[in-house]
Amino acid sequence: MKNEWPLWEVFIRGQHGMSHRHVGSLHAPDAEMAIKNARDVYTRRNEGVSIWVVEANHIAASSPSDKGPLYEPSESKVYRHPTFFDIPEEVGAM
Amino acid sequence: MYAQMVKSEATQDDPEQLAAFQARIDAGEKIEPKDWMPEGYRKTLIRQIGQHAHSEIVGQLPEGNWITRAPTLERKAILLAKVQDEAGHGLYLYCAAETLGVSRDEMTEMLLDGRMKYSSIFNYPTLNWADIGAVGWLVDGAAIMNQVPLQRTSFGPYSRAMIRVCKEESFHQRQGYDAIRKMAEGTPEQKKMAQDALNRLWYPSLMMFGPSDKDSVHSAQSMAWKIKMNTNDELRQKFVDQTVPQAEYLGLTVPDPDLKWNEERGHYDYTDPDWSEFFEVIKGNGPCNTDRLAARNKAWDDGAWVRDGLLAHAKKKAGRQHAAE
Ligand SMILES: [Fe+2]
Ligand SMILES: [Fe+2]
Repeated sequence: MKNEWPLWEVFIRGQHGMSHRHVGSLHAPDAEMAIKNARDVYTRRNEGVSIWVVEANHIAASSPSDKGPLYEPSESKVYRHPTFFDIPEEVGAM
Repeated sequence: MYAQMVKSEATQDDPEQLAAFQARIDAGEKIEPKDWMPEGYRKTLIRQIGQHAHSEIVGQLPEGNWITRAPTLERKAILLAKVQDEAGHGLYLYCAAETLGVSRDEMTEMLLDGRMKYSSIFNYPTLNWADIGAVGWLVDGAAIMNQVPLQRTSFGPYSRAMIRVCKEESFHQRQGYDAIRKMAEGTPEQKKMAQDALNRLWYPSLMMFGPSDKDSVHSAQSMAWKIKMNTNDELRQKFVDQTVPQAEYLGLTVPDPDLKWNEERGHYDYTDPDWSEFFEVIKGNGPCNTDRLAARNKAWDDGAWVRDGLLAHAKKKAGRQHAAE
């Protein structure tokens, strides 16, 4: 509708040094209010120590129809995983 | 439940696409907002998630009614936190619905003019403090029954919202049980109030699960799409089985003379609520329908200048920043 506050996506970093993680979204008139609202909506139980907000229409996203071209190439590259290689037991942990 | 009698929408889509969609759901894949989905799936979900969100918001009214009259400062702080959680639940759910292409304001307007519903339970009054305990115990208890399986629903944003909600619900039910236990173990007058609250709220709580399966016309499609995970009667039975021993512990009597354990079924036999009352409440003729909608309309109208003012301020600030760059 004409006077709806824009939508913001909210990212929160938890206590233990992990990356910020997307937790949800909310409406707010500006970034400052978005952070204040995110505090109330998404961190009522010590869920985080840092908040990022970004206006949802500034996020560019891959499209579901690109799934094939984007992710199929990595399916055939099993050698990227350490388990591809047999290390003799005598060598020990590696 | 918080979403009762959600009408499922007919779908007119390409049969091949429909089959591929159903196969994804059957394989346990999550459907995300940008994925192809049948129009009926989208519309049914908007209605269901919207109704669920509205229930969280309207559900704040009967409890908010007692915040300033809580018997102790601790109970007041607890109830305030509980009601604030419900606001949060509403917001998580509105956001999930918005990913389906409906705006927040559209949903709000549909609630305010009666085009969208909220759970019948919130059209019953909370007459005294014992009711607040009973609401947490029974109403949140019934909500949990329905929300736990919905964590596995096929629509990604709805499932994620339910996971957040479920993390918070256990506090709601336990604080309610704790409050009513205090009364059930208190003076004879207090115990009488606890019993009276159970008497009044028992059947409305059973109604939360929606009409009985034989009258539930929209279930099959929603269950195939995994936006409804159990039938109404399944959940109602589970709720009765769970709640009866909790009432017994309190020394309270469930107001159902025909309630008894059925050894053969491994469940309690119980009396269904009066469905004609349920349909009246749904139609708008419950004890508090008018009050609830009036309160939501007033909040929306009274808040308009704040919403407009903050947006105007934000635009002005952004304009100034732009000019300075
Ligand atoms: Fe809730
Ligand atoms: Fe709750």
